Amino acid sequence: MILIFGLFLLSLLVITAVAIVRTKDLFVAVMLTSIFSLLMAANFFILDAADVALTEAAVGAGVTTVIFLCALALTGDREKPREGGRGLALGTVGVLALLIIYATFDKPRLGDPDAPVHQHIAPWYIEKTTEYMDFPNVVTAILSSFRGYDTLGEVFVVFAACIGVLFILGVSPPRKLLRVKDSSNGLRHHLIPQVVGRLLIPFIVLFGLYTQFHGEYGPGGGFQAGAIIATGVILYALLEGEDNALRAIPRGVLLGMVVGGALLFGGVGIVCMLMGGAFLDYSVLAADPVWGQQLGILIIEAGVGMAVCGALLAIFHAFAARERMS
Amino acid sequence: MKLLELLGYFNYWVFAVILTVGLYAVISKTNLIKKLIGLSIFQSAVFLMYITMDKVEGGTAPIIQAGVEDQIFSNPLPQVLILTAIVVGVSTLSLGLAMVVRISECYGTIEENEILDAD
Amino acid sequence: MIDIVLDVLSWILILLGSACVLIGGIGGLRLPNFYTRIHAASLTDTMATILIFVGMMLQAGFTLATLKLFAIMLFLLLTGPTATYALANAALLSGLKPDAVTDSDKPKENTPE
Repeated sequence: MILIFGLFLLSLLVITAVAIVRTKDLFVAVMLTSIFSLLMAANFFILDAADVALTEAAVGAGVTTVIFLCALALTGDREKPREGGRGLALGTVGVLALLIIYATFDKPRLGDPDAPVHQHIAPWYIEKTTEYMDFPNVVTAILSSFRGYDTLGEVFVVFAACIGVLFILGVSPPRKLLRVKDSSNGLRHHLIPQVVGRLLIPFIVLFGLYTQFHGEYGPGGGFQAGAIIATGVILYALLEGEDNALRAIPRGVLLGMVVGGALLFGGVGIVCMLMGGAFLDYSVLAADPVWGQQLGILIIEAGVGMAVCGALLAIFHAFAARERMS
Repeated sequence: MKLLELLGYFNYWVFAVILTVGLYAVISKTNLIKKLIGLSIFQSAVFLMYITMDKVEGGTAPIIQAGVEDQIFSNPLPQVLILTAIVVGVSTLSLGLAMVVRISECYGTIEENEILDAD
Repeated sequence: MIDIVLDVLSWILILLGSACVLIGGIGGLRLPNFYTRIHAASLTDTMATILIFVGMMLQAGFTLATLKLFAIMLFLLLTGPTATYALANAALLSGLKPDAVTDSDKPKENTPE
């Protein structure tokens, strides 16, 4: 039964992807991309990847759509049709698709327990999580402790992207732009969305904090929590105006969060080295190695959450503060 | 059970189709934002392939429940890799969109052929 | 005995909710005007939310999952009509008049108020 549902969702994915490429209106394309992300999240959930589904829904269907819409508001929103010359491109991608489909017949079929990917290190991870760390979520254990270097690199990538966007969009525009007299900064006639928004934003932030601290017991963790809290604050900025949102969480605090998160992660690694273990070896942080691992993972998840939330909010404010071209 | 075996490959065929649709958008469209959207579709297709590889028949999500013995779990390793990849993808996307915004301010357009002509 | 009654009841509710979503989808495609399409999408969406979620709560029994489903249903009931209001408001502000004519789907003029 679930197989048929999975097939149905995958077919919807293909239809949505083709529709995105074919439409000429960029606004429609962005909305369809958001639907594509949501369908992808549902697919991930059917394939037993709960953490990844949560991340894709929060980051893909939430933050990516907002950033795309901000960029669309600053550039045009229709696409000019291309005159001719698309036969070569169609032919190339058609041949590529056939080649890949031919290559996939060698792969093990879906769900095969004897596939090589399930044999070598994955059973070891599942077995040793209870022994080393004693909490349920294996994905968080691998992400923060067994493969901690990858997560450290990822926090630095988010940090670098934030700095890059602030560099590019922090410069004032080249020409003297006509100031569009905006009478209000938020939505107009906005009583109902404001009331409902004020009701819901505390719960959104609360849910983000719940996801952050329960990352070890269920699907969750730093990335999802950072994205959810950033979405809550972006909702506040959309309803009350960007100035109010900047007064609530100023730019300095955002940059402090980004830098602080990255420093926290690196700092825990260095403290582990100073206490006698290897870099990012949390067992030496406390007298009992299991409690040391849990403490280390708690601190670095907090660092990751702070960094992701601060970076996404700083990027949003950089886009939103740009003057609109006349 | 030939049909069931074929259906087991359906995920990979969908991956191939979405990959090439995204690639077509990147190489053939002239609008810069459309290219970025195509790139994000391409990335999502790769995520789909990795997560397809991790499913074990009869397994559940890899969360160990206390007191239940002998449970089959799906492979947690590709999930970790894709978790990282999703966040990195949104970072590079926002950087690309910032560059598109600056290009549109300097050249006045975001169509690729018009930008190349103006240079 | 009570198990079978609950099972059948939840099946009926979920099927009714799915029928509502199907009707809403057909209406969203076939109705002529933008405002009538909003009607089709939002009304059937809210009804279907209540029916499907109550059906799922009956399946779950008296566990923690029921409370979580109730919270999600409350959240959807709050945000669905608000989104519809924001959509219709944006359409009205950008000049789309709610005439009962079939081809009034193009905005009359785009006045940036």
